[in-house]
Amino acid sequence: MSETLTKIVINCETGEQQVLPLTAEEIAQREADAAESAVAEAERIAAAEATAAAKASGIAKLVALGLTEAEANALVK
Amino acid sequence: MALTYRAIATYTVDSAGAASIDFTVIPQTYTDLAVMTSIRGNQDNGIIYYLRFNGDSGTNYSNRYILKDSSDPTPQTANDTSQNKMFLGIVGGATPTASTFSNDLIYIPNYTSSNNKSLSFDGAMENNSTTQWMSLTAGIWSNSAPITSISIFPNTNVWIQHSTATLYGIKNTV
Repeated sequence: MSETLTKIVINCETGEQQVLPLTAEEIAQREADAAESAVAEAERIAAAEATAAAKASGIAKLVALGLTEAEANALVK
Repeated sequence: MALTYRAIATYTVDSAGAASIDFTVIPQTYTDLAVMTSIRGNQDNGIIYYLRFNGDSGTNYSNRYILKDSSDPTPQTANDTSQNKMFLGIVGGATPTASTFSNDLIYIPNYTSSNNKSLSFDGAMENNSTTQWMSLTAGIWSNSAPITSISIFPNTNVWIQHSTATLYGIKNTV
């Protein structure tokens, strides 16, 4: 990979394709995007893990009530 | 109903990689647009695929998505509002099997309308190994301007060599 980040700009009217280095403003936007994305991704993973944990807990409680694991799994799908 | 598809422009990333692929000066003569990509990033297992219209980084994007990872029996879902970019889905990063790319379709109806613009996205991360992702997203851009440019970019790093994006124009009459 090149050290200078570049973007591809395609002019759909003329067909011209340019490889342009990112401007300082674009680099700043990209860094802000990456930071926001990291937070959102962590939240998404945490939510998925919380859902999985709640389901596992629910299955365990249903099994404790006398359901088979297959029955419990079918209920919480 | 789509009667004609015409490839307006296509680009394949070279060895330098690309932080984004931007289609600009999009003709206003079609009914709908579609972007088909065979694409991959170069960090982590999967990376996030984003889009912006007309260079707009205001909080004008909202979406609903379903993500399914082959290692997790439960799909992940979310409603995002007031985002400054459109979340499309998950595509392959550095870890998946070499030379495999995600295949994705972004469909944008009525892109010249003065109403807000909707889109749909579906994508599958090819891996040929143990982990795959599928993504299904509906999004809206709250802006009355016609779409004149589309930028697609990863959440981190770059699109790698051989990633390809093609913009299609679709007319409802022949």
